[in-house]
Amino acid sequence: MTNLKISALDYVEQIQNGNISAEDFVSETVDRIKKVDDTLHAFLSVNDDVIEQARAIDKKIKSGDKVGACYGMPISIKDNMCIKGSKTTCASKMLENFVAPYDATVITKLKQQDAVFIGKVNMDEFAMGLTTEFSAYGPSKNPWNTDCIPGGSSGGSAVSVSAFECVTSLGSDTGGSVRNPASFCGVVGYKPTYGLISRYGLISYANSIEQIGPLTRTVKDSAFMLNMICGLDSNDNTTVDNNSEDYLSGIDSGIEGKKIGIIKEMIADGTDPAVLSSTKDAISKLESLGAICEEISIDMVKYSVAAYYTITATEAGSNLARYDNLRYGYDFPVEGYEFNSYIAKARKNFGPEVTRRMIIGGFVPSAGHAGKYFLKAMKVKSKLTKEVNEAFKKFDLLIAPTVPILPFKLGEKIDDPVSLFLVDINTVTANLTGKPAISVPFAISNGLPIGMQLFANSMNDKLLLQAAHALENTVKLPEVPI
Amino acid sequence: MTKIGLEIHCQLTNLNSKLFCSCKANYREFEINENICPICMGLPGSLPRLNQEAVKKATMIAMALNCSTPEKIAFFRKNYFYPDLPKNFQITQLNIYGDTSIGGTGSIMVGDKKINITRIQLEEDPGRLIYEGSSSKNQITLVDYNRAGTPLVEIVTEPDFESPKQVREFLNILSDLLENLGVSDPSLEGAMRADANVSIEGGKKVEVKNIGSFHDLEKATHFEITRQTSLHSRDIDIIQETRHWDDKRKITISSRSKEEELDYRYFLEGDIPWITIDSSIQEKLRTEMPESISSKKERYISKYNIPPQVADVLSSDKFYSDLFDESHDETNAKEIANIITTDLMGLVDTREKREESKLSAKHLAELSNAIQSGKISRNSSKNALHEIIKSGKELSEIISELDLGNVSDESELLKIITEVISAEPQAVEQAKSNPQTINYLVGKVMQKTKGKADPKLTLDLLKKQIE
Repeated sequence: MTNLKISALDYVEQIQNGNISAEDFVSETVDRIKKVDDTLHAFLSVNDDVIEQARAIDKKIKSGDKVGACYGMPISIKDNMCIKGSKTTCASKMLENFVAPYDATVITKLKQQDAVFIGKVNMDEFAMGLTTEFSAYGPSKNPWNTDCIPGGSSGGSAVSVSAFECVTSLGSDTGGSVRNPASFCGVVGYKPTYGLISRYGLISYANSIEQIGPLTRTVKDSAFMLNMICGLDSNDNTTVDNNSEDYLSGIDSGIEGKKIGIIKEMIADGTDPAVLSSTKDAISKLESLGAICEEISIDMVKYSVAAYYTITATEAGSNLARYDNLRYGYDFPVEGYEFNSYIAKARKNFGPEVTRRMIIGGFVPSAGHAGKYFLKAMKVKSKLTKEVNEAFKKFDLLIAPTVPILPFKLGEKIDDPVSLFLVDINTVTANLTGKPAISVPFAISNGLPIGMQLFANSMNDKLLLQAAHALENTVKLPEVPI
Repeated sequence: MTKIGLEIHCQLTNLNSKLFCSCKANYREFEINENICPICMGLPGSLPRLNQEAVKKATMIAMALNCSTPEKIAFFRKNYFYPDLPKNFQITQLNIYGDTSIGGTGSIMVGDKKINITRIQLEEDPGRLIYEGSSSKNQITLVDYNRAGTPLVEIVTEPDFESPKQVREFLNILSDLLENLGVSDPSLEGAMRADANVSIEGGKKVEVKNIGSFHDLEKATHFEITRQTSLHSRDIDIIQETRHWDDKRKITISSRSKEEELDYRYFLEGDIPWITIDSSIQEKLRTEMPESISSKKERYISKYNIPPQVADVLSSDKFYSDLFDESHDETNAKEIANIITTDLMGLVDTREKREESKLSAKHLAELSNAIQSGKISRNSSKNALHEIIKSGKELSEIISELDLGNVSDESELLKIITEVISAEPQAVEQAKSNPQTINYLVGKVMQKTKGKADPKLTLDLLKKQIE
């Protein structure tokens, strides 16, 4: 039996040492998926030729050919990233039959590194939600307690990494969609600086603030993934040049002397006591490593969720307008319809959360209301960014729990959108300001994971990963019970 | 007072690629839905990739129309549903959140009238709807996306025009200007389209949309003024509305759609970061801009003493001014200007003829030199020019093939002159008393030589013979 629980870096090392073969690892991963995924439902589709792919990579390794840095590592991909020739549904009925005719930039880059895309994983429809309950194909379950939601929207990514159905995963983070499920499933979830990773081929929800990010077992694995998928891309005009930074080098440097601000508004009333005490514990552990921690107030955080939902609904209303079923989508004949009525009818296939946000998105930026809602939200965004920039003049890093509460039961909050929205309070700030943030598994309470979140200033991703690695090393968590 | 304002859509037809992808800007040569890719089809996950060349060319248009050019520009989304719009929003520009369009206010003189430009924006063209089926019952709509994403510059004017004639004059100037800049070929079908706002004294503003050519724009404004005037004379209110130009019946029709009530929910296009066009970039662009029409005209007049009317014609048409600039030198400039404006213009008066023409700048230079050195008469040069355009052959070859060379051999010419003198005794007598009338005899000699006699030599010889 191959140990499927190893980190990405260990996988690479063991392959290089000849201890394991890609074929064995991938085929046992497929078996593992068969075994646990009926319960967990992380995957929307599993590629059927992955074992052949792994075999071909083994052959390359044996013959001494040049092999990419992933060495056939099985990686799961959130189903909102395009892989040429494979279905990309965004967990929506609208894109039930959409087969992407091109590769997302991250996919192209990982293909060059000989990654094996084991399958496409579940998510909330069009990445709107934080439980995966809004997937049109049914929710995923939390491997720590299958009665609980795994978080979202990249729930399938977090579950697949947590339950050893792959080594790493790519998710996307618009308001916490990588960090939230990572926190709930006990894995690392990292949202890089806006522009560090190309979004070309990532199906847009709120394009001005979202980023692709890795979900991994260790912080080092996140740095390893970032090394492979970041950088300028002529297909995405918003990408930034990082001068080919190596995020793994110096990751053990520690955090001695670093100033860390504790965001007061993110440990406010309503924070679960267990989360609160974990936060205190994390702070004292960081201090014991030589960091200097101090509270800081970022006033605009109070309005961040309202601003976030206003801006994302506006962008979603526009980004999802193209799904009129005229050029691609699902089977629904056009005969007998005038185009307006056809489009209206075709769009009924959107699920409830997407519909809700599109209605909001049609309203908040509309003439006569924009000043009260959309433009005001944009003001909050720029004020928040100003405040956070101010904070980074004083601090190297900021800290807060990733989510103020523990994973809750399936069905518990799905009918209460407003209380669901508030779960995002600690994560949306990084998106609205473009700053990098990472969630590190830090504690287990009542058998459920708690993630701790660190923020850094834009393009300080290297420092962020160093600090996260230091924090991660202070704890040893039990193994997932599945 | 009649007021007309224009919104002109001009495709940047001379660019290689579309505004946000590498599909061809020249979509006309493709089979239906062959010039498309994930980006211009707005497929899930695709992102716009801004064509920097389009930004340059649009900035040049703004500069040529004397518009202000902001240092930072941005793109916005105009959200509305229409089947020809793959993303169901159009990436465009506007100035409601500050001056972020590629061109701000400017102006251009049309005769003595100053026409103010409100703004210039760069945007993507949608696809094209094709209607099939004979009646509305069985009509189907097909969409060709080849055009989707083609770079379009919208030029918005103030309502400064007072007549359709002014509109036409402006459009002529604008066409020449765009062509001279090398950004667009206004003669291509669909390359220039326009909407017009028309109002008469005491009436409300009426917007006429869907005018597919500059030619129709004058007609449409004329129709609209006539319509409004006749309503007004019968005391019928002119309502504020949007009308569509029916290019088959050449009338405007009230559009029942609620288009004017659409809320486009404009907001910043986050996939395209703000673009900086600072003063140093603008300076560089200015140096890259082709010489303006007015500067060319000025140069032709002051340097070569070409008459203003000739210089005007020559400079305003890029095809002719390019030929002129490539062929002339100090000695033959006037002659070449003459050949172009008196002969060539009649021979290549359509787009097709220009494309087929085999005439080169070298041909023109040789032809003018041949005229000046007396190798060929002005008369024969017209025939030679015709042949050059057709065949592209060397001038010397054509002269000998068609026997167009001047008769400058004295003895041969003398023979003909003697014949003329004996045949025209009366005219000879007249010429003796009144030297002015000798031209009649020169004409006769020309007739006999089919215009090939060297006129100066003929005159000299004739004078000698008569005395």
